[in-house]
Amino acid sequence: MFTNFFLNLRDHGVPVSLREYLTLMEGMQAGIANHSLEDFYYLSRATLVKNESNLDKFDQIFGHCFKGLEAPEAQDLTSEIPEDWLRKMAEKFLSPEEMAKIEAMGDWDKLMETLKKRLEEQDSRHQGGSKWIGTAGTSPFGAYGYNPEGIRIGQKESRHRRAVKVWDKREFRNLDDNVELGTRNIKVALKRLRNFARQGAAEELDLDDTIRSTAKQGYLDIKMVPERHNAIKVLIFFDIGGSMDPHIKLCEELFSAARSEFKHMEYFYFHNCLYEGVWQDNSRRHQNRFDTYDILHKYPHDYKVIFVGDASMSPYEIVYPGGSVEHWNEESGEVWMKRVLDVYQSAIWLNPTKEAHWDYTHSISLMRELMDDRMYPLTIGGMEKAMKELSRKK
Amino acid sequence: MKFTGTDTYVATPDLMIAVNAAVTLQRPLLIKGEPGTGKTVLAHEVARAMNKDLLEWHIKSTTKAQQGLYEYDAVSRLRDSQLGDEKVHDIKNYINKGKLWEAFTADESPILLIDEVDKADIEFPNDLLQELDRMEFNVYETGETIKAINRPLVIITSNNEKDLPDAFLRRCFFHYIKFPDKETMIDIINVHFPDIQNILVREALNLFYDVRDVPGLKKKPSTSELLDWLKLLMVEDMPADVLKSRDPKKLIPPLHGALLKNEQDVHMLERLAFMNRRENR
Repeated sequence: MFTNFFLNLRDHGVPVSLREYLTLMEGMQAGIANHSLEDFYYLSRATLVKNESNLDKFDQIFGHCFKGLEAPEAQDLTSEIPEDWLRKMAEKFLSPEEMAKIEAMGDWDKLMETLKKRLEEQDSRHQGGSKWIGTAGTSPFGAYGYNPEGIRIGQKESRHRRAVKVWDKREFRNLDDNVELGTRNIKVALKRLRNFARQGAAEELDLDDTIRSTAKQGYLDIKMVPERHNAIKVLIFFDIGGSMDPHIKLCEELFSAARSEFKHMEYFYFHNCLYEGVWQDNSRRHQNRFDTYDILHKYPHDYKVIFVGDASMSPYEIVYPGGSVEHWNEESGEVWMKRVLDVYQSAIWLNPTKEAHWDYTHSISLMRELMDDRMYPLTIGGMEKAMKELSRKK
Repeated sequence: MKFTGTDTYVATPDLMIAVNAAVTLQRPLLIKGEPGTGKTVLAHEVARAMNKDLLEWHIKSTTKAQQGLYEYDAVSRLRDSQLGDEKVHDIKNYINKGKLWEAFTADESPILLIDEVDKADIEFPNDLLQELDRMEFNVYETGETIKAINRPLVIITSNNEKDLPDAFLRRCFFHYIKFPDKETMIDIINVHFPDIQNILVREALNLFYDVRDVPGLKKKPSTSELLDWLKLLMVEDMPADVLKSRDPKKLIPPLHGALLKNEQDVHMLERLAFMNRRENR
């Protein structure tokens, strides 16, 4: 009887299986949900959702299925625009008196309506207003330090709020897996890339082998093995400067997480696209350069290569010799990328730009093609996919 | 029998449903949440509320699934054989029961807590699939099959350090303990310190949520830290107005060591308070 709900969940990417559905039915039959909608919500949540990052999606779909609300992807003003700057917008476009008035009325729809109207007016008067929305809207990382409660300027004290159902509160919004990346989260994602191997001095007693050998020899024959260590070796190339500046915080976090996760990690910087030289200290980038050829020769081919960059540049910087914005390059970036990819079978590109915007930048598509489609967004979900790709046996 | 929280544990309605569903349908219950929100305590309290025995199996990075079933102590058998001990002829003497075995063969169905399952190797949950699902396993050394007399209630906690395999998740109920809101927090405090002054609690809570809201804290204080801090405040007999007076000279909350466990966080708070003081001047 809840097939529709079940199918809806599957359609929206909550991984539910028949088995869980049957468990839910079993639970209903056993009378756990007690025929109250709220209990049913809790029961179905406990049975169908197995990861907190899916809780928010579940809440939305539950609300949609059982209340006939809007579907999650509907072009709804609140869902499209980051809350952080919606609040700023409200401050910018609404006068304090209006804010107070709305607050007194406590009506969310009213606030949105007023805000919308204000924005339209602004738009027709001069274009700066809409451009401002444009830039802020496409910058996915403007949401740092955002306050999920912030948007509720007018709603906080209203009758409306109290009547809101549990699932409509969407308390788990923060746990959705493409929103925020913290160092810890990155570490968890990087942990997927583990390959334990025994290397080095034999310090651990190998019990099984000792027993086998003792039985064979007839006397106590102790066998030792080296301890297990993560044997993954990683080369990371960071794009630095220019268009990467907005993503610095994110990259710092990635860097510090990777630093502590991998014992064998080497990092290098480049600008926009990889050419014949890279550097390790950004302040001395012109003195202390490493030849890219040397790197290709120094690190064996079992290193995994991670590029981090927005790949947003002029296409000439990739395709033509001399295209670099900083210096004269004899060979094109494309050639250098191919050289690296020829040596290292496992390579991926992490892109901090939002995936939805990739198609609008020609150089991103170019780079993606070069990478054989192994470009992933720098979100938890993207990182996990990327790590899965890297750990695939070649 | 329904679980509705105990006199020392405040359960939210969604948690109750999850526990009751796991009890009724005899499936494992997987609990996740921020550290310090009472995941492990839940198992203790469910055991107390239902008057059942609690078996605890704490998982470490080196724990193997087999250790939960049984272990064959080959080394002592080898030693005994060299010493000519009579015991050596019966292999049963060298099989040590694990927690799962104990839980399966207990007279009354107990509660089995598998604590911090994510600490173990990534394959660990997969190795326990059949055992938790069918509640039986084979002892190869003796050829016997251990089957649960009464299916125990299995509570599994995870700190989210590793992803658990899908096949494992499908067999469990899942509950994410979210951080309690202010009202629930007051309930929790009342349960733990019934004779605490109301004003103190209110001021302490305001301070606590202020600290939690400080952006960029490495480790946000959680429920268990709040309870520790309140205990300290009570022992020190801290008057409520000390907390209330946002005295600019006293930069950070008294006895902050119980709340903040990271020296960078303490520095940050000091810096913020310092800036705050300058603004006020």
